[in-house]
Amino acid sequence: MTDLITSEPAAMPADWTVRSPHRIKRARAETRFRLYGIVAIGIAVAFLASMLLTIFIGGAGAFTTSKIGLDVTFNEQVIDPSGARDPASFRGVNYRPLITGALAEVFPDVEGRQDTRALYKLISTGAVYQLENMVTENPDIIGTTQRVWVSAGTDTNLYLAGKIDPDMPQELRQLTERETGWIETLKSAGHVKTDINTSFFTNGDSREPEQAGILGALMGSFFSLIVCFVIAFPLGVLTAVYLEEFARKNRLTDFIEVNINNLAAVPSIVFGLLGLAIFLNVFNLPRSTPLVGGMVLALMTLPTIIIASRAALRAVPPSVREAAYGLGASKVQTTFHHTVPLAMPGMLTGTIIGMAQALGETAPLLMIGMVAFIVDVPTSVVDTATSLPVQIFLWADNPEIGFREMTSAAIIVLLIFLVLMNLLAVILRKKLERRW
Amino acid sequence: MDALTDTYMTDTTQEKPADMIMTARNVDVFYGKKQAINNVSLDIPKGSITALIGPSGCGKSTFLRCLNRMNDRIDICKVSGDIRYAGQDIYAPKVDPVALRARIGMVFQKPNPFPKSIFENVAYGPKIHGLATSKSDMADRVETALKQAGLFDEVSDRLDEPGTSLSGGQQQRLCIARAIAVQPDVILMDEPCSALDPIATAVVEELMDSMRDDYTIAIVTHSMQQAARISQKTAFFHLGELIEYGDTTQIFTNPKETRTQSYISGRIG
Repeated sequence: MTDLITSEPAAMPADWTVRSPHRIKRARAETRFRLYGIVAIGIAVAFLASMLLTIFIGGAGAFTTSKIGLDVTFNEQVIDPSGARDPASFRGVNYRPLITGALAEVFPDVEGRQDTRALYKLISTGAVYQLENMVTENPDIIGTTQRVWVSAGTDTNLYLAGKIDPDMPQELRQLTERETGWIETLKSAGHVKTDINTSFFTNGDSREPEQAGILGALMGSFFSLIVCFVIAFPLGVLTAVYLEEFARKNRLTDFIEVNINNLAAVPSIVFGLLGLAIFLNVFNLPRSTPLVGGMVLALMTLPTIIIASRAALRAVPPSVREAAYGLGASKVQTTFHHTVPLAMPGMLTGTIIGMAQALGETAPLLMIGMVAFIVDVPTSVVDTATSLPVQIFLWADNPEIGFREMTSAAIIVLLIFLVLMNLLAVILRKKLERRW
Repeated sequence: MDALTDTYMTDTTQEKPADMIMTARNVDVFYGKKQAINNVSLDIPKGSITALIGPSGCGKSTFLRCLNRMNDRIDICKVSGDIRYAGQDIYAPKVDPVALRARIGMVFQKPNPFPKSIFENVAYGPKIHGLATSKSDMADRVETALKQAGLFDEVSDRLDEPGTSLSGGQQQRLCIARAIAVQPDVILMDEPCSALDPIATAVVEELMDSMRDDYTIAIVTHSMQQAARISQKTAFFHLGELIEYGDTTQIFTNPKETRTQSYISGRIG
């Protein structure tokens, strides 16, 4: 041994360094193949980056909005002529005169019905509800004058965001020369500020882009996914456990397995049609609700969960089952004490990936009517609702320019949730994985 | 067949029949159409170590697994014949294989501790059979089982650590402790040392020898030296048949069958 270490290293065999044509060819082939891989990844990353960049640039504007500050006089004569201060009576009052009054103070020279109407259009139609809420919350402001920051109107918003080209001919663009002049006046008088668009996160859908929000769709998606999980997870896992651990392998189970695999490949719209035919028309469940949406998504997710769970169960080494059987554990004990806990990380990963698919699914929801224009934010699974992808579809379909960036913004929200769900899958897998 | 029955008869006349804890008569095992065991009759005396030897695929493991109905798990496996434990036909319809396996435990070729703590590994059997009356009783049972398996001193300070963190030999002794904790009468061992190094093997062999007073052990082994070292009875299987069964010393020094002679001298296998 020591001889080997102390002696001089033997000369390298001559043919180790020979660069024969065969070896050169082989080395080139390896380099070439590595290059193909890098190019392929590069192209994929470039496509992904350009897609994300487009969406983020397009959607960034929707997260900020322009506000217009008005010195509103809360005239008692308009709001509460009787002086009773009955909160119920504040609702349904026409608050528009308060806004036109405040505008008239900034633009004293604008007169006439048509002109005041044009001026009023600079402000969002939602401003009256903002005033109504202020009065209802705090009746003491009646009779006072307050600076109120109200949302700018759709076109004002676009103009302030630089989305309206002032060089365009007046007939083709949304705002006339005079109206842009008014906006400039407001701006120079300090009546305009840019704010975070909170209504995007707190409102439901709306006809007006500046009032439209994602919350309704978000809650719709959330409730649908809850229903989907509650149905699909136990059903899928128990199906997988039965097929993998208990069922005898015969023609019937083979047939079931083939069909489950086929179901995973069925276009999702078919599940939507099934939901329409069975859940809505036969069971008469409420249309356009997350309940039915979740049920349809559960049907769609089931094959994914079953296949992933079976794979996870199959990956549990048989020696664990044998050990339990050898100790006199029954089949159910073996399955639920050992096999299922060991397979759980895989099952959960499959479930979350299935749920992420369900979150992005549009077609089946169109079939069961979750595509309606719904302003109210749903508060339960039986309220009518849309879902995130459907909302994107609706906004993308809307001809109004203001919805363009809303669409991108909604896509950003959807993407964030998808990334979060996949992250959760990774974390769960890492955490629950056999630690030893 | 007749010769075998004769062997059996002479055996029983030498020892009292009551000492036979397990008896097998004319056992055939089929995997689908393939016959794995052909007409095997064999008795396992109480409080001894019986070794089953033979070349690979000779059916010794299959036979061992018939003794606690582990083969039930395989759909295509059909067992016929008469196997009795303490005089009871274990394949009788009313016998619950789960309860049977609590009496006839098993240790496998590859150490297979559950991916749980050492304590939980040993406590699992008593838990599912409801043996422990209290938490401290359970702790006692675990300690006793670990002590019997000669593992307690090595792991007493780390019972919470995963069973899979132990060395291979320790894991196998943990599996033996786990089997002991259920307090079975018979422990079947399917090549328990084949995955262990010689030192761990020696420890396990010593352990088996010390267990002989409390348990009956049937062991399948590839190592003839092991069979010769530890067993009192040896059965030689070849091609699904029991060729010869007798006292270990007789099998290894004076085999009656030429095939046994060939195998132990290394000519077939």
